[in-house]
Amino acid sequence: MMDAIQSEISRDRRAFIKKVLGGTIAGSLLLVIPAGAMDVPEQIPGMREQEGPFIKGKKFVFIVDITRCIGCGSCCVADKNEYQVPDGNYRTWVERYVIDDHDNVYVDSPNGGLDGYQKPRTDIPHPVRDTFFVPKLCNMCEKPSCVQVCPVGATYQTKDGFVLIDQKRCVACSYCVQACPYSVRFINPKTKTADKCTWCYHRVRKGLLPACVNVCPVQARKFGDVNDRNSEVYKILHQPHVVSVLKPGMGNKPSLHYVGLRREVV
Amino acid sequence: MHGLAETATGAIGYAFPNDLHVHWSLMIVLYPYITGIVAGAFIVSSLYHVFHVKALKPIARFSLVFALAFLACATLPLLNHLGHPERAFNMMLTPSPTSAMAGFGYIYSAYAIVLILEILFIYRPTLVVLKDQATGFMRTVYNVLSIGSDNLSSRSLHLDHKIISFLAGLGIPMACVLHGYVGFIFGGVKANPMWATPLMPVIFLLSACVSGIAGIIVAYMFIMKIKGRPVDLECIRTCIKYLWGFFILDFTFEMLELFSHAYMATHHWHALHELYWGPLYISFWVLQVGIFSVIPFFILTFMNLFRIGDGLVKFLAPVVSLMILFQVLLMRWNVVIGGQLMSKSERGSVIFQPQWLEKEGILPAIIIMVLPLVILYILSKVFPFWQEDDPYVSGSAASGE
Ligand code: SF4
Ligand code: SF4
Repeated sequence: MMDAIQSEISRDRRAFIKKVLGGTIAGSLLLVIPAGAMDVPEQIPGMREQEGPFIKGKKFVFIVDITRCIGCGSCCVADKNEYQVPDGNYRTWVERYVIDDHDNVYVDSPNGGLDGYQKPRTDIPHPVRDTFFVPKLCNMCEKPSCVQVCPVGATYQTKDGFVLIDQKRCVACSYCVQACPYSVRFINPKTKTADKCTWCYHRVRKGLLPACVNVCPVQARKFGDVNDRNSEVYKILHQPHVVSVLKPGMGNKPSLHYVGLRREVV
Repeated sequence: MHGLAETATGAIGYAFPNDLHVHWSLMIVLYPYITGIVAGAFIVSSLYHVFHVKALKPIARFSLVFALAFLACATLPLLNHLGHPERAFNMMLTPSPTSAMAGFGYIYSAYAIVLILEILFIYRPTLVVLKDQATGFMRTVYNVLSIGSDNLSSRSLHLDHKIISFLAGLGIPMACVLHGYVGFIFGGVKANPMWATPLMPVIFLLSACVSGIAGIIVAYMFIMKIKGRPVDLECIRTCIKYLWGFFILDFTFEMLELFSHAYMATHHWHALHELYWGPLYISFWVLQVGIFSVIPFFILTFMNLFRIGDGLVKFLAPVVSLMILFQVLLMRWNVVIGGQLMSKSERGSVIFQPQWLEKEGILPAIIIMVLPLVILYILSKVFPFWQEDDPYVSGSAASGE
């Protein structure tokens, strides 16, 4: 089974996927187990019957529910472990917003929220009117400016709508870092290539939810196939919720949606 | 000190966590600076070869070789910047057609070919004469450079002349494309409100002309000084006239760009405003605008509107040119680094100071800026820059041509 998949993808030039299925991405022990022998329950219905390197007939979206996030930082910890993210770089982070009764907005994200927000801010002169947390990650734009600018095609959009980076092609010119309106990209000092959140493509491909979604204790992060009418994400996006995307004026058409997005959030 | 992205030394307000790295550092400041000098020096030579500005004859050939020396180093800062320079050639082998950056290799190479061909044709008669005088290794060099031809008949020289005019004519749009394109690499980044303006290519192009002319003035006067030869003042006065003209355009557009942003006052302006009056205050307002634009502008105006004496020209010309060279460097700094200081959070900016010994630090930058001068020196051993040193010119002058 594994061999069959591997020979199929070897025709594909995308080294990343090869790596994923070969199980060389850190932390994903599951990947070395042959697909049939997996005893972890499928979290995304219908994924394990999928053949070929790309996922067919599905359209994935990510939803962050700002009204639920408690700023515990579990997602950031899970992400850092899953990808061995070097210190000072962030594939995902959580921002804290504090609004005082003079309508001043204070935002911070010390260490990307990795340590959680355990202490309140003490430097705010007026009484606090409101406070909330906003997790950030790659928006998996439908019109990704990072893909547009990459001179060697190392950043690419897969047929199934993911935006990924081919570590074997990236020359680390940083043009994509400049072009991403959301600052989710960085140059990984270990690999000397561009890096960013992948929505855990390697896990999704095996029917598992992204690591951060998996660990969120309050289900503030949701992931699923919007073509599946039974999925939670379908219901959220098709029922009257306050849903929005970041920087819509950029024209990037994010597939990352926010429930309860506040106007203060950039 | 991992050398791929320099880490900011501090932040004001809230910057996105990944924005604490300045990814395009000093090297990317030098890249448009060097290509700008190349394009500008070429324009100087074209003023003579295409637009027949006779007064520029003494420096017309020199400008081309000067351009070549800088062109030879234009890719160095880029290669030093890349995390995987060994893959750089893939930009030409497997370019992504949608990328504004992917065209650089092609545009650069095409321009280099035109420039080298123009130099070889202009120098061909000289190289033929030098070949006859040379022995050993240099003879081989001249043989290769004169394209194996030693036909100096008037018919063949006439053909040369036609080819030179064609190449010089072709070179003008190419020099414009080369540098306008570099401006577009920045101007096309919609995520950065400071860069994303259609004026960016125009500003880059005009500042390129300015830096090229200023560079030629400084280099020419400096070389004449150490050679103990008189400078051609008519030539310098003409250069200063063009410098003035281009600088007026350049400075006007730079200010217009800022003024338009301020006047339209979109929400981006609020972030830009913080930047210009915050981290960029000294390098933009005080240095780039106040000292190195306004003062040279008045000096140039004074030099062009009043008939000033030769001694004063000899003193002011290099001073004002050096100031302008510095102005353009500051402009590159303020655009490239300045643009990155503003976080995409629109709520904060970072503070950045280049370090001396980093991979993309000040010392490597100095080395890269000195290299073209070393190459220029080596080229001077092959191509006589000045008519006085040229055996072909002096020979034909002696024979009364
Ligand atoms: S969020 Fe940035 S990195 Fe992610 S797809 Fe969009 S432009 Fe690319
Ligand atoms: S850093 Fe890598 S992925 Fe990003 S634009 Fe450059 S080559 Fe492409």
